Amino acid sequence: MAEYPRAEHILNESTEVPTGRLGIWWFLASEVVIFGGLIATYVLFRWQHPEWAAEASHTLNFAGALNTMVLLTSSLTVVLAHAAITEGKFQLAARNLGFTLLGGAIFMGVKAYEYSHEIAAGFVPARSLFWSFYYTMTGLHALHVLGGMIAIATVLVAVRKGHAPQRVEYVGLYWHFVDIVWIFLFPLLYLAS
Amino acid sequence: MSTAAIAHPKSFWREYVFSTDHKTIAKQYLSTGIFMALVGGLLAYVMRMQLAYPGQAIPGYGTIDPQSYNAVVTMHGTIMIFWVAMPILLAAFGNFLIPLMIGAADMAFPRLNMLSYWIFFLSTVVLLASFFVPGGAAAGGWTSYPPLSGSAAYSGGQWGVTLWLLAVAMEFAAFLMGGINFITTAINNRAPGMKLFDMPLMVWMQLGASIIFLFSVGPLIAGAVMLILDRVAATGFYNPATGGDPILFQHLFWFFGHPEVYVILLPGFGAVAEVLPVFSRKPFFGYRMMVYATIITGVLSFIVWAHHQFIAGIDPRLATAFSITTILISVPIAVMTFAFIATLYKGSIELKTPMLFALGTLVVFLLGGVTGIHLGTAATDIYLHDTYFVVAHFHYTLIPPVFFGFFAAWYYWFPKMFGRMLNEGLGKAHFWLTFIFMHVTFIPMFLLGFGGHHRRISNPQFFEAMQGPEAERLQIIATAGAIGILLSQIPFVVNSVLSLLRGAKAPANPWQANTLEWTVPSPPPHGNFETVPQVYRGPYEYSVPDRVDDWFPQDAKV
Repeated sequence: MAEYPRAEHILNESTEVPTGRLGIWWFLASEVVIFGGLIATYVLFRWQHPEWAAEASHTLNFAGALNTMVLLTSSLTVVLAHAAITEGKFQLAARNLGFTLLGGAIFMGVKAYEYSHEIAAGFVPARSLFWSFYYTMTGLHALHVLGGMIAIATVLVAVRKGHAPQRVEYVGLYWHFVDIVWIFLFPLLYLAS
Repeated sequence: MSTAAIAHPKSFWREYVFSTDHKTIAKQYLSTGIFMALVGGLLAYVMRMQLAYPGQAIPGYGTIDPQSYNAVVTMHGTIMIFWVAMPILLAAFGNFLIPLMIGAADMAFPRLNMLSYWIFFLSTVVLLASFFVPGGAAAGGWTSYPPLSGSAAYSGGQWGVTLWLLAVAMEFAAFLMGGINFITTAINNRAPGMKLFDMPLMVWMQLGASIIFLFSVGPLIAGAVMLILDRVAATGFYNPATGGDPILFQHLFWFFGHPEVYVILLPGFGAVAEVLPVFSRKPFFGYRMMVYATIITGVLSFIVWAHHQFIAGIDPRLATAFSITTILISVPIAVMTFAFIATLYKGSIELKTPMLFALGTLVVFLLGGVTGIHLGTAATDIYLHDTYFVVAHFHYTLIPPVFFGFFAAWYYWFPKMFGRMLNEGLGKAHFWLTFIFMHVTFIPMFLLGFGGHHRRISNPQFFEAMQGPEAERLQIIATAGAIGILLSQIPFVVNSVLSLLRGAKAPANPWQANTLEWTVPSPPPHGNFETVPQVYRGPYEYSVPDRVDDWFPQDAKV
C-alpha cells in the first residue's frame, strides 16, 4: 500500500496506523450508537405492535429495492476509487468517485419521489407512530447520504488535482457505513410488512 | 523532525480567534466555561433566595413567578453540566494537557478542534438567547422529560425547549468532535518510547471520559431528534395518545446521563491523580490498578441508568438488577479512592493550594459517594426520590470534580498556561472559604430531604408538609451558604487577575514534576517541543533511591 502523507504537526504515530484512518473509525463508532439507539427503539416498538405491518405495506418496495441496488453499486465504485489511488492513478480514482456521487444523487432522487408519493397519499409523519419512525429514520439516513456526497465531492476535487490520496479511503469508509445503515433500514421499514 | 519548523500564525485573527493551536483553544473553552459558571452561579443565587424568602423581592432580580423559577432551575442544571463541567474539565484541560503530556505538537486534527470550539460557542449563544424568547427559557428540568418538554402547552412556550434541544444537540456535536480528537491523539500521537502504561493518569482519564461520552451520547441524540419532531412535526414518539411512551425518553436520556456523571468525574480525578504524587513526593500507588478501575467504571456506567427511574413505573425486578449494578460501581470508585489515600501514606506532604483542592475533592466526593448508596438502593430511593436529599447528593458528587478538581488543576497548571505564579495566601483563603461554605449549603439539604422536602417546588409555602420554622431555618442556612460560596470566589478572581498582570514569572518546572508538560517553557511555544521528546519511564518516579533529585522526568535518560 502506498505511504500516506503525514501532516507536519504529527510527530509520531504510535500504532503505525495512519492518524486519519483511526479518527474515521472512532467517528463511525459514534455514528453507530446514534443509529443503534434509533433502530433499537424502533425494533422494541415494532415488537409490541404487530399491526404496524399493515402500515408498512404502504411503503414502496420497488423504490426501496432500486435504492438498495444503487447504493450498493456506489459502494463498489468507491472501492474501485480506492484501488486506483493505491496504484497512484488519480484520474481513474476521481472518475470512480464521480460514479459514487452519481449513485448518491440517484438515491436522493428516488427518495424524493417516494416521500412526495407517500405524502400525497396521506402517509405523513404525524399519521401514526410507524410513519413517524419511517420518516425520522430514513430522513436521518438521507441527511447522512447528503453529507457523504459533500465529502466525496470535496475529495474528488482534491484528487483530480493530485492531492490528498489518503482521503479516498476515509470517505470510502464513511460511504460504506451509510450503505450498511441502509441495509438495516430497508428490511426493517419496507420488507417487514 | 524539529517541531519549531511548524509555522507560527502571524495575524491576530489566526492566532487568538480562529486558532488551531490546542493551547489557545483550551483557553477559549476555559474562558467560556468560567463565564457560564458565573451565569449558573447567579441563577443558583436567585433560586436559593426564593427558597429562603418565598415570594419576597430578590435583590437584583425582583419577585419570581413559578414559571420563571422552573426556568431558572432548568437552566442552572443545564449550564453547570453542559456549559461548565464539560468545557472546563474535558475541553479546556484535555486540550491543553493531552498533547503536552504525551509529547505531541498539537491535537491529531487541529482544524476539527477549532470547529469544535466554534460550534460550542454557537451553542452557548443559542442557549443564552433562549432566555429572551416568548415564554422564556426551557422550564422542564435539565433532564427535559416529556410530557413537560413534549408540547408547547406544557412547557410555557414554543421556543424555549426547542432552542434548548438545539443548543444541547450542537454542544454534543462539538464534544463528539473533541472526543474523537482526544481519543485519536492519545492513542496514536504519543512521543517515541511512551507506551500506553507510561501515560500520565490525566491522559488516561481524559481518554476514558471521551470514550464513555462517545458511546453513550448517540441514543440521546436520537432521542433529542425524536423530541424535536414531537414538538415541531406533530409526531407522537413520547405521547401515549398516539401509542408513544414518555418513559422511552427517560431511558434514552439516562443511558447517556449516568455515564455522563463519569465523563465529568474522571477528568476531575485525573487532576487529583497528577497533584497528589507531586505534593507527596511519592510514586502514585497502584497506577495500573487505577487504569483498570477506570476501565471497569466506564463499562459498568453503561448498565446503571435505570436507577434514576425507580419511581417512574419500571418493573420491580428490573429495579433490583439496577440496584445491584449501581452498588457494584462503587467498587472501582473505592479502588480509586484508596489508591489516592495510599499515595499520601508516608509521603512528604506539602499543603500547597493545588494539594488542598485535591484533598478537598476526595473528602467531599466521599460524602457524595456514600449518600449515593441510599439512592442507588431501590427501597430507600422510593422515599428519598425527588427530595432535597437528591439535590444535596449530586452536588456533593459533582462539585468535587467540577469545582474542586478544576481549582486543583487551575492552581497546578496556571504557571504552565500563563507563565505566571499564583499567590499562595489568596489561594488558600479561596480553598478554605469554598470548602466550608460548600458544607454550609448542602448539609441542610440532606436534612431537608430526610424531612420529605420536595425539590423543584417554586414556593415551599404552597405545601403544608414543607412548612414550619425548622424547614425555614434550614433553607435560610443553605441560602447563606450558597451566597458564601459565590463570595468565596472573589479571592480566586482577584488572585488570577493580579497574577496574570504582575505575578512572579513561572519557571518551566515550578513543582519539580516528572510529566512532559514541565519540560517545555511556561507558557509553551507554538508547536510545544523544540525537539521530539524521547520517553524512558513512567510518570510518577518520585524519590527514587540513590538519585540526587527526588524527581525523575519522563524524558531524562539517566
